Amino acid sequence: MKPARRRFDCLVIGAGGGGLRAALQLAQSDIHVAVVSKVFPTRSHTVAAQGGMNAALGNVTPDNWHWHMYDTVKGSDYLGDQDAIEYMCRAASRLVVELEHFGVPFTRLDNGHIYQRPFGGQSQNFGGEQAARTCAAADRTGHAILHALYQQNIRAKTHFFDEFFALDLIRDEEGFVLGALALEIETGEPLLIEAKTTLLATGGAGRMYRTTTNALINTGDGMGMALRAGIPLEDMEFQQFHPTGIAGAGMLITEGVRGEGGYLINRDGERFMERYAPHAKDLASRDVVSRAIAIEIRDDRGCGPQKDHVLLKLDHLGADIIKSRLPGIRESAIRFAGTDPIEQPIPVYPTLHYTMGGIPTDRHGQVVIPEKTGPEEAVPGLYAVGECACVSVHGANRLGGNSLLDIVVFGRAAGNHIVQYLDEHRFHRALDAAQVDRAMQRLARWEAHGDGESVPTLYNELRQIMEQYCGVFRSQEVLDEGLSKVRRIRERLIDARLQDHSRVFNTARIEALELENLVEIALATVSSAAARTESRGAHSRVDYPDRDDVNWMKHTLYTTDSEPLDYKPVRMRPMSVDAFPPKERVY
Amino acid sequence: MKFSIYRFDPEAGDKPSMQGYELDLVDKPHVRMLLDALIELKAVDESLSFRRSCREGVCGSDGMNINGRNGLACITPLADLAEPVVVRPLPGLPVIRDLIVDLTQFYTQYRAVKPWLVNHDPEPETERAQTPAERAELDGLYECILCACCSTACPSFWWNPDRFLGPAALLQAWRFLADSRDQDTGERLDGLEDPYRLFRCHTIMNCTDVCPKGLNPTRAIGKIKQMLLKRAG
Repeated sequence: MKPARRRFDCLVIGAGGGGLRAALQLAQSDIHVAVVSKVFPTRSHTVAAQGGMNAALGNVTPDNWHWHMYDTVKGSDYLGDQDAIEYMCRAASRLVVELEHFGVPFTRLDNGHIYQRPFGGQSQNFGGEQAARTCAAADRTGHAILHALYQQNIRAKTHFFDEFFALDLIRDEEGFVLGALALEIETGEPLLIEAKTTLLATGGAGRMYRTTTNALINTGDGMGMALRAGIPLEDMEFQQFHPTGIAGAGMLITEGVRGEGGYLINRDGERFMERYAPHAKDLASRDVVSRAIAIEIRDDRGCGPQKDHVLLKLDHLGADIIKSRLPGIRESAIRFAGTDPIEQPIPVYPTLHYTMGGIPTDRHGQVVIPEKTGPEEAVPGLYAVGECACVSVHGANRLGGNSLLDIVVFGRAAGNHIVQYLDEHRFHRALDAAQVDRAMQRLARWEAHGDGESVPTLYNELRQIMEQYCGVFRSQEVLDEGLSKVRRIRERLIDARLQDHSRVFNTARIEALELENLVEIALATVSSAAARTESRGAHSRVDYPDRDDVNWMKHTLYTTDSEPLDYKPVRMRPMSVDAFPPKERVY
Repeated sequence: MKFSIYRFDPEAGDKPSMQGYELDLVDKPHVRMLLDALIELKAVDESLSFRRSCREGVCGSDGMNINGRNGLACITPLADLAEPVVVRPLPGLPVIRDLIVDLTQFYTQYRAVKPWLVNHDPEPETERAQTPAERAELDGLYECILCACCSTACPSFWWNPDRFLGPAALLQAWRFLADSRDQDTGERLDGLEDPYRLFRCHTIMNCTDVCPKGLNPTRAIGKIKQMLLKRAG
């Protein structure tokens, strides 16, 4: 069967903040752009971002982009690429202002300027006093930004394919990406979207872990597509655990709670972060705080009858601050933890939150892979931005407030670069039918009838394995065991079967296709983690507790079914300022 | 726990029907909300279809009619529900399959109010100033998640879905009218001055009653009416 066909200058896959910011840039440049999203755009996971977006506006404390750059490099545990970090931090202020002009209802200071709150890892003057750099719309900043970006896109008449699931990239013999095959969920019909450029903005893969702050849709579909197109994933061992997910449930409680003055206590009522980070305390970097909580619990100082969580105390902030600046997390705490934070502390536990690694790109959003000429050769016609990409501005650990920034900065940068690319590549290339057939195989495979394990069975087992074998603390033995377990899941997935083969809105089929992506990404994650024999940022090895800059100051590159892993150097040279050389990281 | 769930398979050619399900909640402490239960049921009967994404009440995917009342499955505690829990798709819209409705009409209405900020002044280099009091006017408006619980609970919407804009779109219309930065007031009001688009609201208040985010579209509609009357006078 030959699928129906559409043609665009640019195909954007994913309608979160990254995809929508890029699409807006393109639509405003008179580029014929289509956005494919498996959910209606405002259901994308950007909507769940709470605390805010970093930019050195200096509205509350003195600030400048260079300090922000320093904090980001340090936060990344020196694995971030310093050219991309400089680019992001320099662009931040202008892009926050632009979002404000788009209509984002930022919280305001008395003088009418945008309100900024302190977040973890922020400092003035290269490691000095705490800065307040995070621009916030109460604790619903992601919602406010995503809706404003969607609204601006409908104003700009961007073409949307809502509830279409992208199956695979179409890539020709010479390596050019020519678009993607998608599945219209409502009809079950495939649709071939030919495009001169394709941008992946499909978000993270947090759903490979059992307990996560991530939405059910965060299944790393773009990363899966990249792997199947022979493109490596970079630094997948770096998975961020957010210190304050609601214990047992996983819903996010923003770092903004600690930014507003909340703090963590153990079963003795002790404010234990003072021991782990004497200077920054509860506003140390996320990896540091998550490890501290895990140690408190391991050493029997956890709270509750099972001693399996710690408490986040904020009642001392008073009802007014909580109601005006943290209304959303109050709602979540009442619903999912059964406690009103105006009166009671919230039980929290480190929860899988963010994928630092992803599809390797440069600071223009171009996907870059080691091929003929060097470690960073552009894949013609392919771009990636946001959580699915690895620029890398987050390195081994992302700072809170830098992901909303990342998606807007690099969404826009990719849009601009695509405009330039289209100037030089004005025509669609010939499409190879064999490539389309290969993509169609993904659908055909699930047409098989008969007995076999179910998708939810394997999905739940995978998530359990990842939590148990690739968590906050890792060791060779545990990772190796995890790796063989994930491989076994991958083998069993081949014989899994759907019972429902209907066409119309078959969500079971979508979940099967999502699981295929998750399994490949889990394999990338555990493989990369098992190989890195050092501790850096979110990758914490009990058997190699120190950072090893001599051997490991490099990015991991994992390609499906290709061993051993490949590596590439960290880009240490910023665009215009001096590099920040690695030093010991204390908060 | 007992459930009775609306089933419709457009490919089978059968009429819609209610199907009974039973879920054993022993040893399942993680199954606390209706969405958790639906996911458990789907693990056994994978043909059961519904939309979901964030599972924490912020994305608006899983609006449905639960024991006769519109709400989000992911923030509806099972403990609060009488058995059998009767789950139906949102009323008043075409059903695509099971609990999944066709929201085209709803999204068209949203687009019809031009839900974006309009300001004709040259772009300043900094943010456009807004006092905390001006910003507070947007509270209770910008939080809308477009779940469609309100519009599909509104009898005026059921009767005139093609002509009445419905509470969700009108809440958005007011969100921009109320924004001190927006300069399109005249055109926005022109677009709403019509016997149906706005004035079909009869303040039945179902919208406000069911809104899972605690918003008040009826109040917003009242504000627009007042603004129009003031302009006319």
